Amino acid sequence: MLADKDRIFTNIYGWESPSLKAAQARGVWAGTKEVMAKGQDWLIEEVKKSDLRGRGGAGFPTGMKWSFMPKESKDGRPNYLVINADESEPGTCKDRDIIRHEPHRLIEGALLASYAMRAHACYIYIRGEFMREAEALQNAIEEAYAAKLVGKNACGSGWDFDIYVHRGAGAYICGEETALLNSLEGKKGMPRNKPPFPAGAGLYACPTTVNNVETIAVVPEIAKRGASWFAGFGREKNRGTKLFCISGHVNTPCNVEEAMSVPLKEIIEKHGGGVRGGWDNLLAVIPGGSSTRLLPKSICDTVLMDFDALREQNSGLGTAAIIVMDKSTDIVYAIARLARFYWHESCGQCTPCREGTGWMYRIMQRMVKGEARLDEIDMLLDIGHEIEGHSICAHGDASAWPIQGLINHFRPEMERRIKEYRKKLVA
Amino acid sequence: MSVAVKKDFQQPKDFKFSKENMVKVELHISKYPKGRQASAVMALLTIAQEQNGGWIPEAAMEEIARILDMPRIKVFEVATFYTMYNLSPKGKHHIQFCTTTPCWLAGSAEVVRACEKHLGIHLGETTPDGEFHLSDVECLGACVNAPVFQHNGDDFYEDLTPENVVKVLDDMKAGRAKPGSQTGRATSMGIKGATTLHDQAKKAGVKDAG
Repeated sequence: MLADKDRIFTNIYGWESPSLKAAQARGVWAGTKEVMAKGQDWLIEEVKKSDLRGRGGAGFPTGMKWSFMPKESKDGRPNYLVINADESEPGTCKDRDIIRHEPHRLIEGALLASYAMRAHACYIYIRGEFMREAEALQNAIEEAYAAKLVGKNACGSGWDFDIYVHRGAGAYICGEETALLNSLEGKKGMPRNKPPFPAGAGLYACPTTVNNVETIAVVPEIAKRGASWFAGFGREKNRGTKLFCISGHVNTPCNVEEAMSVPLKEIIEKHGGGVRGGWDNLLAVIPGGSSTRLLPKSICDTVLMDFDALREQNSGLGTAAIIVMDKSTDIVYAIARLARFYWHESCGQCTPCREGTGWMYRIMQRMVKGEARLDEIDMLLDIGHEIEGHSICAHGDASAWPIQGLINHFRPEMERRIKEYRKKLVA
Repeated sequence: MSVAVKKDFQQPKDFKFSKENMVKVELHISKYPKGRQASAVMALLTIAQEQNGGWIPEAAMEEIARILDMPRIKVFEVATFYTMYNLSPKGKHHIQFCTTTPCWLAGSAEVVRACEKHLGIHLGETTPDGEFHLSDVECLGACVNAPVFQHNGDDFYEDLTPENVVKVLDDMKAGRAKPGSQTGRATSMGIKGATTLHDQAKKAGVKDAG
């Protein structure tokens, strides 16, 4: 269990005001100038040493990502930091709480990260549905400008830093970093081919790093308390504290900050109030947002919540959004609904994804009723394999994963429905 | 991802941003580097939608193209790509239910049914008096407070049940609906109280679950 003194987000539930004054009383914006005085490369090294991995889903080492940015501009192109606040992965609602209740941690982190990466401007791309959250963030930014914490000579550090909010308008795909950049440039949010990677040519073809809200918001505490403090939680290569979202069939759904590598069962029982009807009533858990493959109860009994433990189970930590399903759940419908989500949110650019997500959704709809042939279960896997690796971004891959998880663990249930439907037809 | 545009309504002949909104337009354009004013297209579409009572007429897209010096088709592409831009009128209260898996597990189907029954319309329809329009949308990102709906693209109404959602709709019509949790929960904390941050909970007078 993480001790309260080690929690970073002390106002995650909004008990106190998100204002600058209240944030400062919580320790935000304290010693920022001193941290900056230690230098840009020191900051990057410290983040590297902390073993912080991106909190947006892919889990790429943050310090390494930062080190890809050019240290000086040879052709006059500026560096940019872009913060991905397009939180849309089903099950995930952690960044929303950071933005509306702890916006100053995010802004302070944006300053430190931009400084480390030699960026003078930062754009925060927030999903359009988060209207009130965008207002809270804008208020906080204006407070920070008025207090000279950002703007010219930010915090008296000598570094000029501007920060802007850009609202999206309802497209899951804009959470993909290159789609986000296209959207930010005023285009349709369609992913770009890589290379070039954003660190070479991102926003306006300038070197850009895209980081998740939570990743940036934990940076100030890492810099102030030290990399070894942050690296003291969780298992090797899976360090730090993490915000978890617990939704679905638990007694007390909530967001909570815990140490990485916490056992799944422990976090559900301690913070989620336990599975509805008791642990033995558990059917399955989607551990890291809709894109990660579901885990049946037998795995949930012992699995740890971190990148590597979940990868070993052929799933993933993703955004750490735990979706709990008890034995009353129509598991085939639950996944069919996700298939509809991926079909709806495909940007339509690559044929395998655009068409394949629709095929899978239509077959899954029939699977719910059992109105299918047994060999169509394998056909679903085939379609998934044909999409995987054949689209510009990972949306196509992600659309196949929930269905693969279902077939891996609940194939007998799908077959039972098909056989029963056939029996009824004959009778 | 693109949206179908219905044609059973009148498009206004022209559109101009109000003086007040022109200030906002200039502010948004100033956020982006010189020559990159196209970045402001999303913000301008949003402002146009607000000014025009919840939907974007074609004349507004032409005006935005003129202001930002963009080809009209590029503005139209953006307006049709993103689901939050309404290209047809949607009623005074546009209710958008999240029905993705986390909300569905928490009972969104029953919530939607209760509203359909109460208003006598189905998803995708507007009440005859033009007060309510119901739609279903993909994950709104408030999953621990499921089920949720969003009202007119701004406020979230959370922790809905078939009973309390009907009251919310009535209150909304009377202009006294309160957004946020409808069961009195403090944002994303568990309903039984705090399981972490015990000192802060005590200071804030929040119930502690131990």
